[in-house]
Amino acid sequence: MKPLVDYLVIDFSQFLSGPSASLRLADLGARVIKVEKPGTGDICRSLYTSDVVMNGESSVFHAINRNKESFAADLKKGEDLALVKKLIAKADVMIHNFRPGVMKRLGLGFEDVIKINPTIVYAEISGYSTEGPWRDNPGQDLLLQSLTGLTWLSGNAEDGPVPMGLSIIDMLAGANLAQGILACLLSTGITKQGALVQVSMIESAYDFQFEAITTFYKDGGLLPQRTRANNAHAYLGAPYGIYRTADGYLALAMGAVPTLGKLLDCEALTAYTLAADAFDKRDEIKAILAAHLKSRNTRDWLAILEPADIWCAEVLTWNDLRKHEGFKSLEMLQDVIMKDGFQYQTTRCPIRIDGELLYSTIGSPALGQDNEEIIRELIEK
Amino acid sequence: MKPLEGLLVLEFAQFMAGPTAGLKLADLGARVIKIERPYKGEGGRQIAIKNLFIEDDSLVFHTINRNKESYAADLKDEDDLAKVKKLIAQADVMTHNFRPGVMEKIGLTYQEVCKINPRIVYGVVTGYGTKGPWANKPGQDLLVQSLSGLTWLSGTRDDGPVPFGLAIADMACGAHLTQGILAALLKRNKTGKSVLVEVSLLESVLDLQFELLTTHLNDGGRLPQRSSVRGGGHPYLSAPYGIYKTSDGHLTLAMGNLLAIGRCLGCDLTGYEDKSSWFEKRDEIATKLGAHLSNNSTEYWRARLEEQGIWCSAVYNYQQALQHEAFKVLGMTQEVKLGDGSGLITTRSPIQINRKKLYADKAAPKTGEDTDKINIEFNI
Repeated sequence: MKPLVDYLVIDFSQFLSGPSASLRLADLGARVIKVEKPGTGDICRSLYTSDVVMNGESSVFHAINRNKESFAADLKKGEDLALVKKLIAKADVMIHNFRPGVMKRLGLGFEDVIKINPTIVYAEISGYSTEGPWRDNPGQDLLLQSLTGLTWLSGNAEDGPVPMGLSIIDMLAGANLAQGILACLLSTGITKQGALVQVSMIESAYDFQFEAITTFYKDGGLLPQRTRANNAHAYLGAPYGIYRTADGYLALAMGAVPTLGKLLDCEALTAYTLAADAFDKRDEIKAILAAHLKSRNTRDWLAILEPADIWCAEVLTWNDLRKHEGFKSLEMLQDVIMKDGFQYQTTRCPIRIDGELLYSTIGSPALGQDNEEIIRELIEK
Repeated sequence: MKPLEGLLVLEFAQFMAGPTAGLKLADLGARVIKIERPYKGEGGRQIAIKNLFIEDDSLVFHTINRNKESYAADLKDEDDLAKVKKLIAQADVMTHNFRPGVMEKIGLTYQEVCKINPRIVYGVVTGYGTKGPWANKPGQDLLVQSLSGLTWLSGTRDDGPVPFGLAIADMACGAHLTQGILAALLKRNKTGKSVLVEVSLLESVLDLQFELLTTHLNDGGRLPQRSSVRGGGHPYLSAPYGIYKTSDGHLTLAMGNLLAIGRCLGCDLTGYEDKSSWFEKRDEIATKLGAHLSNNSTEYWRARLEEQGIWCSAVYNYQQALQHEAFKVLGMTQEVKLGDGSGLITTRSPIQINRKKLYADKAAPKTGEDTDKINIEFNI
């Protein structure tokens, strides 16, 4: 049995952060109903990643909204709003990511909803929290990465700001929202009182950098320094990084520098005998390593380092990975089917419960495809 | 009241992924007790960044393990193990990240623990799952990033692999462990029976890439194409998405109507009227925009764009970001009081419950700091 069986989630959120939280709840067993604007629906439906269109909608939308139902309703119309309120009355959780004030104007603010449903967990995601000078700014991933210092951690010293190449802040905010919701479902189960969960992208971005920021404060406000080359973490010493080999790349996560020198037959490294050298002289050490590792193939280096318990790995592309037995044994992929028969492949939930992989074959919903059934099952009943 | 008050979590997990889950549970109100080997404590106490230590423990350890207690026990010693079993009998949750086989030797596998406590939620973190050729490979963040394909998403085309510059696999996995544990507690409360939760660093980093992987799986297996121009923000998004150099810093442009953006900036983008060119000619467009934006300051461009509601921002480092009013108003930091009387400034939980920020300024424990107190309290 999936852990959230019998829980009902009404999700008004759009784009990525909120819907990624409700996807997690759906995969854990909850029934998730997206409430969408008639005609256009979740704007993510037409938010194209590259030029990939699947069944008329964006691949991103299909990835994030599988295993959900869709209820089309215009919240500005009285009769639609009345239906939605009846749905809310039956729900355990509702989620939205409208800008501050929008839900209140619709009569669906926390204080309004708690009157309709006194035990509901009401969850909202904002870009920059509900206070401060940026509260009305667009909560967009790359802007958040840029404003929170995150772009100075990846890449090399001279690269300028290097963003993380996916919607990392959306993902983290969604993960935090899911945690807050689950924690409050546990407490409302006991107290029988509803709860308000609030997560912002900006707080999530800072939480993500909690180690680096704590270090920044402790360290007298010095900015993180990426290494000149082969940087993988601004605060870690050599050899931490990825290096080019004769035929590919090698990731090296640790190892005392002189030990590496001996193992790799690289005389120059054996001179760095002080433990502090690994950090203080990391640019020098990395340059020596980088020059040396180019001389042989990745396999050859792994054959030397792995038996010596040095933490290292080859660097794979998605195509290499998918062919690898290490990936296949995870059984991470699944095929899902939309109501109209359109089928696509995607990943599954990363959490295993009681040894079970949490698969679901339900594809993403067409806009409003479940209105009739939802009215019959949840509203008229 | 914090939502998890009354829950008892035993954390056998070490290093980062498991302990970040413990921190999240603690900040949400659970009582988290680290079970550590005597004297040396968990391995994470010696993992330092920038060689920074506070007394005998690394700054990183302090960051991840505030708001927890520590109980020292040698799990290879029969007496100690018997005491730990008494604690387990009274716990709601336990977590560990030992390599496959270790808990079997000690006698604390899920099956054995269920006999001691048939209502426990048992959370396990591995590097790569329990089957297959990587099952015994060290579960380390950079290695997992490297194997997962993640390193081909950031930076530019000619950079080679570019890892995310912090422990992303650990952080994502800790978040998933937290979710799994909380969902399992809901199930346990309903059924009255124990639940096993398993996560791995690799599955977590694959999940992090789920939207892009889904695109890749349905576009004929094409690999991500990073921009050849420095500042590219996302391998799958069209121009102008990225960061551009200005005369005095940088400017970020998110997605938007390229032609309207060009007009607003006074940048000639004729020839790109067809929307499909925004992706196909992404690098060419970025080069043109970059040359244009370098002629004036970030603030000059930002003001123009903002006037028309175009999504953009400056690019801040920590000195700029953490001094900004928009950061201060969040109340995102707290000062943890250390044993030597000094303070450590760190961040708080990012989740607000019932309009309350979740602060918890208890410092990380010394190894075994709470052993005696816990022995008395739990009648051990």
